[in-house]
Amino acid sequence: MSLHSILLAIPLASLAGAILAGFFGRRLGEVGSHTVTILGVAISFLLSAYVFKLFAIDGHEIYNASVYTWMISDGIRFEVGFLVDNLTAMMMVVVTFVSLMVHLYTIGYMHGDPGYQRFFAYISLFTFSMLMLVMANNFMQLFFGWEAVGLVSYLLIGFWWKKPTAVFANMKAFLVNRVGDFGFLLGIAAVMMYTNSLDYAEVFAAAPGLTDKTMSILPGSEWSVLTVACICLFIGAMGKSAQFPLHVWLPDSMEGPTPISALIHAATMVTAGIFMVARMSPLFELTTTALSFVLVIGAITAFFMGLIGMVQNDIKRVVAYSTLSQLGYMTVALGASAYSAAVFHLMTHAFFKALLFLAAGSVIIAMHHEQDMRKMGGLKKYMPITYWTSLVGSLALIGFPFFSGFFSKDSIIAAVGYSNTAGASFAHILVLAGVFITAFYSFRMFFLVFHGEERMDDHTKEHLHESPWVVTVPLIALAIPSVLAGFLMDPIVVGDFFKGVITVLPEHDSLAEVRGHASHGALAFVMHGFATPVVYLALGGVAAAWFIYMRRPDIADWFADKFSFVHKLLMNKYYLDDFNQTAFAGGATKLGGLFSKYGDTKFIDGLVVNGSAGLVGLTAGIVRKIQRGFLYEYAFAMIFGLIALIGWFVLRV
Amino acid sequence: MADWPLLSMLVWLPIVGGVALLFMGNASHQAIRMTALVISVAMLLLSLPLWTQFDSQTAAMQFVELMPWISSLNANYHLGVDGISMPLILLTTFITVLVVGAAWEVIKEKPAQYMAAFLILEGIMIGTFAALDAILFYIFFEAMLVPMFIIIGIWGGPNRVYATIKFFLYTFFGSVFMLISLIYLYTQTGGFDIATYHDAPLTYRAQFWIFLSFLIAFGVKVPMWPVHTWLPDAHVEAPTGGSVILAAIMLKIGGYGFLRFALPITPDAAAALDWLVILMSLVAVVYIGFVALVQKDMKKLIAYSSISHMGFVTLGFFLMWSIMENTGSLSGVRMGLEGGMVQMISHGFISGAMFLCVGVMYDRMHSRMIADYGGVVNSMPIFAAFMVFFSMSNAGLPGTSGFVGEFMVILASFKANFWFAFLAATTLIVGAAYTLWMVKRVLFGEVANDNVAALTDINRREFIILGSLALAVLALGLYPAPLLEVMHASIDNLVNHITQSKLPG
Repeated sequence: MSLHSILLAIPLASLAGAILAGFFGRRLGEVGSHTVTILGVAISFLLSAYVFKLFAIDGHEIYNASVYTWMISDGIRFEVGFLVDNLTAMMMVVVTFVSLMVHLYTIGYMHGDPGYQRFFAYISLFTFSMLMLVMANNFMQLFFGWEAVGLVSYLLIGFWWKKPTAVFANMKAFLVNRVGDFGFLLGIAAVMMYTNSLDYAEVFAAAPGLTDKTMSILPGSEWSVLTVACICLFIGAMGKSAQFPLHVWLPDSMEGPTPISALIHAATMVTAGIFMVARMSPLFELTTTALSFVLVIGAITAFFMGLIGMVQNDIKRVVAYSTLSQLGYMTVALGASAYSAAVFHLMTHAFFKALLFLAAGSVIIAMHHEQDMRKMGGLKKYMPITYWTSLVGSLALIGFPFFSGFFSKDSIIAAVGYSNTAGASFAHILVLAGVFITAFYSFRMFFLVFHGEERMDDHTKEHLHESPWVVTVPLIALAIPSVLAGFLMDPIVVGDFFKGVITVLPEHDSLAEVRGHASHGALAFVMHGFATPVVYLALGGVAAAWFIYMRRPDIADWFADKFSFVHKLLMNKYYLDDFNQTAFAGGATKLGGLFSKYGDTKFIDGLVVNGSAGLVGLTAGIVRKIQRGFLYEYAFAMIFGLIALIGWFVLRV
Repeated sequence: MADWPLLSMLVWLPIVGGVALLFMGNASHQAIRMTALVISVAMLLLSLPLWTQFDSQTAAMQFVELMPWISSLNANYHLGVDGISMPLILLTTFITVLVVGAAWEVIKEKPAQYMAAFLILEGIMIGTFAALDAILFYIFFEAMLVPMFIIIGIWGGPNRVYATIKFFLYTFFGSVFMLISLIYLYTQTGGFDIATYHDAPLTYRAQFWIFLSFLIAFGVKVPMWPVHTWLPDAHVEAPTGGSVILAAIMLKIGGYGFLRFALPITPDAAAALDWLVILMSLVAVVYIGFVALVQKDMKKLIAYSSISHMGFVTLGFFLMWSIMENTGSLSGVRMGLEGGMVQMISHGFISGAMFLCVGVMYDRMHSRMIADYGGVVNSMPIFAAFMVFFSMSNAGLPGTSGFVGEFMVILASFKANFWFAFLAATTLIVGAAYTLWMVKRVLFGEVANDNVAALTDINRREFIILGSLALAVLALGLYPAPLLEVMHASIDNLVNHITQSKLPG
């Protein structure tokens, strides 16, 4: 089989599963449906692993080829095609591996749900869309995948369509993402205008020639074309990767079933924005303004979303805010030109965050779909596998030494420290503080769920038990890379894994120092970590969580009481949802109402259309009155007219 | 086949068939609808050679038929198609089959007359697209109003009289000015050949007034803001089939008119007044989008959504001069024009499908009000899947046809002016908002009331109708290349025409 057919088979295998389960689910039955979809995704995974080996280990040259010509207009070819290099290959493996685990897990989690087959069809369709996104060799296909994953996300958040919160959340997710896509599309249009191509290779080749090009958006101000294009593209990333202020959809997306929170809203789809910016590094590198923008937005997200995570009581929402915060870290890395660190964190995060979500799901099953942590506690003895794998996930998340998150997050923090992009020192403070916050909320959750007194009711307590193997096997399978993936730092961040894929200008190379520390091996990098505040901040966060939630729970209440303003602000998510609801949703309907009532109904229809009809009627009414058929009236009119005519003739002379 | 008067057959077969159906008034309903179906399917098959035997290398008219008609006026019976009209004729024959199918058990009153009206309308619409003689075009253009007037007036809703009169007067008002222009052009060229008009030199003053008359005639048809208010009323009162034909095909005649008449006959006036059309188009996209958001009646909502989507058509058609001014090159001009064309075809599928979806629900519940629904997915899961799919295409999701035209027009408008693209792209948000909000309120949630609980899912007939539209939407979205290929030569030729000044010099 040629490489081209293998690459084609990877997304199509998942698509085939989705089609079979989607259209023939009823006939295939539950077992049939999950068998075909799992088979499809398994094929995708195995072939992706092969492709990864081919590119990352055997050093296959970058593969760039068209599959078919979508259309030609104005001499420009719009293609559907694949660009495969180390970045793509890595993403393919991450996506298909996590997807495969989630497929398996779903057998247990969705057991007995009336929409069982539909669910499998959706997640396989998602896998297909995500693969098309990461394998694209042009902006248009990227946008295709981009919106397709958004569609599946919409369908899955609203999977339980009877829940009003779910169908509100899915619409909100789609619309907020559309705000991002609005920017994204303008970015693509800008690229198109100045390079006359949407092909990555051609656009990247043309980009250096555009550094001096400007365009005027507001009269009198000239903007660098690349800055406009990159910021517009990044707005797309802000939607998909949930960056402030377009992050509002992600916490609500937790209304969907837990497996998709793991797959779509933690591990893969939400990292599409990160992937996209890394892919576009040849463009972003040429505009420091856009990089600064990225950096600052990322830092704000990393810090402020973490803060909200500290006060959440819903187990899934804690993990959701932690996802937001971690996406912020990745974005900060992009802004600091540490693309490889960003992608590295994307990968480690995909493993440990999928793990944490699935573990949370395992807890939720055991708790009979109770998600409030205040009603949990002491689950350790009932669910040992969930407990230990959660511990692994949490340690990886907080960046505990030797766990995968340590390497990726530490590279990011160090890179930001060394970066000279405007805003880097501000970002550095926020990401450092974020380490403490991450550790605090993660272990707050961990202690509240697994330790301490058992706060659930007796009925739930009687039925507590470890989840079945289809749930625990994926947990274990994800726990392994959550620990070990950190050791890939050596090739990915230090080595030349991304050589020729990611472009970093020498003056932006914030990872140079990191490479120095890490070049002596993992141990040396960890030892260096102890020389920075990062490790101590993490440990401090764990200790604080333990002290407050295990020893002195009154402190939390005291804090909420004493600093009620801060507490309220966090509980209300900085009032952003309320603001959006009033200003945008309310504003738009109000505006629509005004337009409809005054523009269409009163002015155009009322005044102009019916008004002119009325005018005709009125005139006709008047004219009709003087033609009543009475002879003497006509005779009188004739005489009057004759006199007037004669008078006019006479007077004219 | 090449010697057959294919276009004449396409024009007259449904008209003759329709008249014959009128004489079948007393036959059984089954016989009537089978006859109508056979005719419409035959029409679809008959129109396929237009595409399979079409030569996409040339911009010249194909399948041409030319016969003297009114020799004293030098008017000819002149038919032919190029890459602009051919896809629209295929759209017409395709949609008509679906409309006949959609009426199947639904129309119980005067089915023979109902089917006859649609078949006659089909022939007239094809005639409008194929006419190469201005008087012939004008006659078809006006004749179209009669069957539609009857369709709304007889099978329409309670307020049908207001709607039909408004519809008739609005469009008639527009076309009268066009007639004056055509007569003026006759005095200048001594005939009614449209191709001659394309080459005839005209003073700016003449072009100015002719352009305005075309703008009114076709602008009302599209419809463009602010002459759009007849459309929501007509849709609301029309039976499902009427709405489908109106949205899917009749609106396209407005867009087609710009390409066939306004742009090539009066290029200098179009160049001077392009700002007006662009302004009207952008207002349609943005303002109408907000109006759609607050509609309580599903048909009204979709009608407003149609106006908003048609804004992309006229926007794409009139970007040429601002692109040339902004970039100094013609690159992007064709994309705008072709994008407008693709948008017309795609909107034919999607708006047709959306109205059919409302029709499916209306047939069961006899209400178009969003508030009367809720949780329809629980009782009609297959239907709901279709409606979500079409709604997503209406919101311009990539992979569906709704994306292609909008994408091309936005790319082209960015070359003209950043703000054109900015305003046009807001449809990504607003379009998704009004469509998905409707979907949320109608389809999702708990079953709202007993009527919704009693709904039965779509039957085989409805499944085939919606399914074939879904396939068309997907095919065009995943592989638009074949459609674009037939248009290239004609669009190139059009661009050459428009860029050359016709001022007598």
